[in-house]
Amino acid sequence: MYDFALVFALRDALREPPMPLTREQIASIAELARLDLSSNEMPVYQESLSSILAFVGALDQVDTARVTPLAHPLTGLTQRLRPDVVSESDRHEEYQQNAPRVAAGLYLVPKVIE
Amino acid sequence: MSAWETVIGLEIHAQLATQSKIFSGSATRYGAPPNAQANLVDLGYPGVLPVLNAAAVRMAVKLGLALQARIATHSVFARKNYFYPDLPKGYQISQYELPIVAQGALEIVLEDGTTKRIGVTRAHLEEDAGKSLHEGLPGVTGIDLNRAGTPLVEIVSEPELRSAKEAVAYMKKMHTLVRYLEICDGNMQEGSFRCDANVSVRPQGAQRFGTRAEIKNLNSFRFVERAINHEVARQIELLESGGQVVQETRLYDPDRGETRPMRSKEEANDYRYFPDPDLLPVVLSEEFIEEVRRTLPELPDEKARRLQHDYQLSAYDAGVLSASRELAAYYEEVVRAVPREPKLAANWVMGELAAALNKENLEITSGRLPAERLGGLLTRIADGTISGKIAKEVFESMWASGASADSVIAEKGLRQITDSAAIEKVIDEVMAKNPAQLGEYRAGKDKLFGFFIGQVMKATGGKANPAQLNELLRRKLGG
Amino acid sequence: MSELHQLSLVELAAGLRARRFSSVELVRACLERIDRHQGTLNAFISVTREQALREAQAADRALAAGSAGPLAGLPLAHKDLFCTAGVRTTCGSRMLDNFVAPYDATVVARLRAAGAIMLGKTNMDEFAMGSSNETSYYGPVRNPWDPALVPGGSSGGSAAAVAARLVPAATATDTGGSIRQPAALCGITGLKPTYGRVSRYGMVAFASSLDQGGVLSASVADAALLLREMAGFDPHDSTSVDTPVPDYPAELEQPLHGLKIGLLREFFDAGLERENEQCVREALRVYGELGAELSEVSLPHLPLSVPVYYVVAPAECSSNLARYDGVRFGHRCENPRDLQDLYRRSRGEGFGAEVKRRIMTGTYVLSAGYYDAYYLKAQRVRALINEDFIRAFERVDVLIGPTTPTPAFAIGAKTADPITMYLNDIYTIGANLAGLPAVSVPCGFVRGLPVGLQVVGRHFSEARVLATAHAYQRATDWHRRIPRGYA
Repeated sequence: MYDFALVFALRDALREPPMPLTREQIASIAELARLDLSSNEMPVYQESLSSILAFVGALDQVDTARVTPLAHPLTGLTQRLRPDVVSESDRHEEYQQNAPRVAAGLYLVPKVIE
Repeated sequence: MSAWETVIGLEIHAQLATQSKIFSGSATRYGAPPNAQANLVDLGYPGVLPVLNAAAVRMAVKLGLALQARIATHSVFARKNYFYPDLPKGYQISQYELPIVAQGALEIVLEDGTTKRIGVTRAHLEEDAGKSLHEGLPGVTGIDLNRAGTPLVEIVSEPELRSAKEAVAYMKKMHTLVRYLEICDGNMQEGSFRCDANVSVRPQGAQRFGTRAEIKNLNSFRFVERAINHEVARQIELLESGGQVVQETRLYDPDRGETRPMRSKEEANDYRYFPDPDLLPVVLSEEFIEEVRRTLPELPDEKARRLQHDYQLSAYDAGVLSASRELAAYYEEVVRAVPREPKLAANWVMGELAAALNKENLEITSGRLPAERLGGLLTRIADGTISGKIAKEVFESMWASGASADSVIAEKGLRQITDSAAIEKVIDEVMAKNPAQLGEYRAGKDKLFGFFIGQVMKATGGKANPAQLNELLRRKLGG
Repeated sequence: MSELHQLSLVELAAGLRARRFSSVELVRACLERIDRHQGTLNAFISVTREQALREAQAADRALAAGSAGPLAGLPLAHKDLFCTAGVRTTCGSRMLDNFVAPYDATVVARLRAAGAIMLGKTNMDEFAMGSSNETSYYGPVRNPWDPALVPGGSSGGSAAAVAARLVPAATATDTGGSIRQPAALCGITGLKPTYGRVSRYGMVAFASSLDQGGVLSASVADAALLLREMAGFDPHDSTSVDTPVPDYPAELEQPLHGLKIGLLREFFDAGLERENEQCVREALRVYGELGAELSEVSLPHLPLSVPVYYVVAPAECSSNLARYDGVRFGHRCENPRDLQDLYRRSRGEGFGAEVKRRIMTGTYVLSAGYYDAYYLKAQRVRALINEDFIRAFERVDVLIGPTTPTPAFAIGAKTADPITMYLNDIYTIGANLAGLPAVSVPCGFVRGLPVGLQVVGRHFSEARVLATAHAYQRATDWHRRIPRGYA
């Protein structure tokens, strides 16, 4: 049986995160997510991510061996198909008004080496 | 024999021939001005959502049925997450754990004429990325997202190909198949049909696979062959000199004829696949799958078998003529004009016609010489109006002018002379003009028979019926 | 006659039709109140003054000509994550500070088509990630009941604007309680419809399998009026459901007699402040008097909804927010050295701390080696929670409990501890995980601060949920209380 007391207790227990993520782990997550973190942000995320992961670790207590994961709240609904019809026209000038750098209809980025 | 065995698996990307994109209503036409065919969904604008194109699903099912694969009645779209400028959303919508097509196979013909069945692990639907343009832009790369969201099927083979030649045969066969099914235009220059090759080598007889390298984006059969051969040689050399193959992504450089590591893919990717919450499971009914099955055309292998059987063609000829639906249809229309001469029709379609089209870089579908016209020409060979040799001349005129065989024959007076009296008259003249040769022939120099044939043909402009001439000449010369 | 701002949306609609006042007068009155209180509350990011007045003039003409739509001339505010063509949509983020969508969200387009007028775009937690409106790039929103307190989040601007009667109603979105929690903390009505009932097209995505657009309003009747226009199938949203939309206002007056109400045992558990509980218990007594049958039900897995949510929502957000890369729209850093620098700095500068935290959490739980242990595990427990709800709804028609564990808290009180902040949504997240419709209505006061009562129903039973909450509002007047200084 699970109750909110458990969740609150867990929160209280988390004042000291059991298995903190290392600085290197935070750096590699930030790299995967392409987020530049300053050196003072590092310890903050190290601490909060560690406690979040410990907190969500409460799920380990549930036996889900025979449970099918639910990716979507409305079970039984299926993908609708769109008829193959062209419904769009060229509006690139309008769409590129939000773009920081464009030239000759192209979005520009620093040189990419393949 | 080499001490090494080559192991190749291909991932073929075929752009599906839909009008609109897989998840948006943008056009998929090739060659539009930059970003003219990229709408809000293709650009990954905040707030927009994908809706799946029915035609893309139908085409994938068609392919699966043609590969005798299992069609998933429940398949799921997943997000493949990575950052790249030609990938607007930061993820590609693809299929991962539950692809729409699995466990199929394709039969290829090897050089020695035997066949080999190549397993197709899976084929899944996904969206194409945009294009990065580097030329003419100093210090920057330009991003064109017209191609972003174009529907693709990625067809993954088992690692069952054992040479570059087999890989090419497999790819060509798949190319034929997708065009038969009319699900892909097969245009390789435009990138509509391309592949990645996973290549490794192992000692002959070894059980375990060697470490593989993946060669990306091969867009011609020739490049596939050369890239694989180069990569195999590179790996063998590396291993024989005590080195090790590194698992990596490589690019083929056609100018230098070699592969090199791809710089942008150096870091190990962690794609973090998960089911796309913007899309629901694709559920297909058995009825739908059966309905698609009924729309399948005669497939290349069936067609080749039928041509071989119905027209008594060689396996080779039947294979060539069934390389495309259009070519086979053309051939069969020609045969309808000369039903007793299917081999003659095959020779002309694969010979004179193919050469002429090739010279002008035309496709069979160009309509340059309608089948009924070529049939008209062959009819005149079959009924003896013209000889095969004259026919070639007539063909050239028809090709140049677009006229029918009969009008070319009439206009140029190429009708074969079949009137025995007329031929005899010419023979008499030739004999009169060449008394010395006649004497020698009659004295036993049989070889001079050819000389007289040549003289008569020269005098008739090649129009004398060869069989008649042969018989009449032999009689006359015999005196 | 009451002043215009004291009237409900339903009353305003009737007044406009009877030509007792014009839409221009109404819009002017709202704009004046916004001008007067924006400095204190910071409820708006953009105010579309001229456009609103132009539309009000057009609405008055339509009303005069008798060709007016059902919401003709009624002013509304939109949470600033609904895309609005030509008017910037910031999502409360520096990342989208200059972003102007070239299209209208379906919700915006439908309300416009029904004749409603947009007054502006409301402040919100950055990308809807927050429970207090403190993560906004545009500064915190203040609670009209006490400016030292948070209004709740993420739809804090919409909630504060409605509570202070700057606008009669506003759109909002709810991913884990972002409509219901601020409704409770600001003493107003908040409706989160069934997932799939209202199109997500044009709503900037936070967590796609949880996000749902809805309404913040002064009463349930007002919410019913708006939902009727907002709801319905949208071919642009694959997760939008093609099922008929009832005439919600017409179905409000269903009698409660015999209605089976389930009391969520887990909701009255640890964490619920005692005074809050007393308010909720008192509300249940009212339901008993109205003829409903009350019984206790247990959803054993429901307490795990917070940990499930803090895996699923960050996972989806980490992917949804990958499109902000400084290339096609949004913030781009100065002078990037190379492509990776462009990505890292544009995103590092454009996103605030909480958004980064969630992106990183989500990136981690989806990454190789952790996917099964976190993401898949969470989706399995989500299935169990969903089954708990299905089983409960075999026995009862609606579930009732508190909306939040406590009333509004002080600005800055919980910012240092993300998990304490996350637990604000402990009673609301379940409905998101299972996609259920839910409404929060005011049910009393603790220390002068409003307390919310939550009603949760079966999928697509908005009519039932609204009727249940409406009956309570017929019997009580908590929803008519306006904070001092705004009455």
